[in-house]
Amino acid sequence: MIWDNDFAVSVFPLLLEGLWVTIQITLLGTLLAAVLGLFFAVLRRLAIPVLSPVVSFFVVFVRGTPLLVQAYCAFFVLPAYGLSFDAFTTGVVVIGVNYSAYMAEVYRSGIQGVPKGQWEAATALSLPGVRTWGRIILPQAVRTVVPMLGNYLIQMFKDSAVLSAITVVELMATAQAIGSSNFRYLEPLTLAALLFLAISYPASRLVNRLERRYAPQH
Amino acid sequence: MHAVIEYAPLLWQGLLTTILVAVLSGALCLVVAFAAGLARLSSHRFLSWPAGIFIEVFRGTSLLVQMFWLFFALPFFGIQLHPLTAAVLALGLNEGAYAAEVVRGAIASRAKGQTEACIALGMEPALRLRRIIIPQSIPAMLPPFGNVMVDLLKNTSLVSLVTVAELTFRAQMIRSTTGQTTAIFLTILVAYFVLSYLLTLLTGWLERRFALDRKALAAQRKESRLMKVGAA
Repeated sequence: MIWDNDFAVSVFPLLLEGLWVTIQITLLGTLLAAVLGLFFAVLRRLAIPVLSPVVSFFVVFVRGTPLLVQAYCAFFVLPAYGLSFDAFTTGVVVIGVNYSAYMAEVYRSGIQGVPKGQWEAATALSLPGVRTWGRIILPQAVRTVVPMLGNYLIQMFKDSAVLSAITVVELMATAQAIGSSNFRYLEPLTLAALLFLAISYPASRLVNRLERRYAPQH
Repeated sequence: MHAVIEYAPLLWQGLLTTILVAVLSGALCLVVAFAAGLARLSSHRFLSWPAGIFIEVFRGTSLLVQMFWLFFALPFFGIQLHPLTAAVLALGLNEGAYAAEVVRGAIASRAKGQTEACIALGMEPALRLRRIIIPQSIPAMLPPFGNVMVDLLKNTSLVSLVTVAELTFRAQMIRSTTGQTTAIFLTILVAYFVLSYLLTLLTGWLERRFALDRKALAAQRKESRLMKVGAA
């Protein structure tokens, strides 16, 4: 018998614990990415000398380099400068910053999609900049961003497996640890794959539905 | 910095392996994309269902799980893959599943009149796809394909986790022997960045090369330039 059912049942609770860590990373990471991404997008749009080009380059650079190498950098390089965090925190920050670069691009297109008349009206009413952004532009821009946020959430859920390489004990790392200590990889890895699928497939269906509902009306 | 210079030949070899993995899995990705994407569109259920399941499974689980499964779990069925083979297979199938959706989307969004005209002219379905539908869909596919390829390139770094000695793997090796973490990781970050930048340049060139109506596009650009001059 290739598939050992008793073994699979016995390791399932451990895998569920790993899954819970994966979910925590995903939710915290998405939150960080959504906030940082908005921050980057607004900074780029404001065209502040020196700062905006630096942010732009940072965003492009993060998008052009692998998550794994970024994680290694944060995990091995930062402690050399006295900044050391535990693996979980490092993982959340790395994946959050990584995705913020993608989110910044999504927000940018959202901001660009706001009709020019809205800006002109805000100027005509002599609204201060903070209120123009906070009350007029961003609420309209963010609306189109909601489904994309869902897509990135699902992608991050799957990508967080990469963080197992910097010793974050999430689903993938748990499956691997079970495999190497029992010399049986088939059951834990298959179950891990099924758990990933069991969450990401319904979630992507849901996001598709959201996409249709939040589609811009104009 | 001297660790980077001292170990430059090793890093260079790693870079070549990265490029090899990227090219091989990129080719596999394209084949898988068209095979699965076209099968998904087929009206035969025994073609479209397996393709749909393949696409959803490979998009729904993470690449790392797939790679580890091919490398660690497949031996239980008596199949032991070489690390490079497992890596290329996993990357090609995973990114291929994403690209299959691109193929499907691009073809499904072609104007219906094209298909109808083909039918009116008595073209067989295969000829219809090969001569009319696919060539028309290529420009729409190129930008998302570019994104998939950049993704694929970045994901080659994960291959280091199944012991393929590419750039990230070498960097880790050098790091553990010299301890010069910062210089080495910054070097490979820049290397990856340059590679993905070159890839975006290549896609941009292909997009211009395959634009549906190049002359109209050129005329449009010329006109907008003139308008800018006029405004100034």
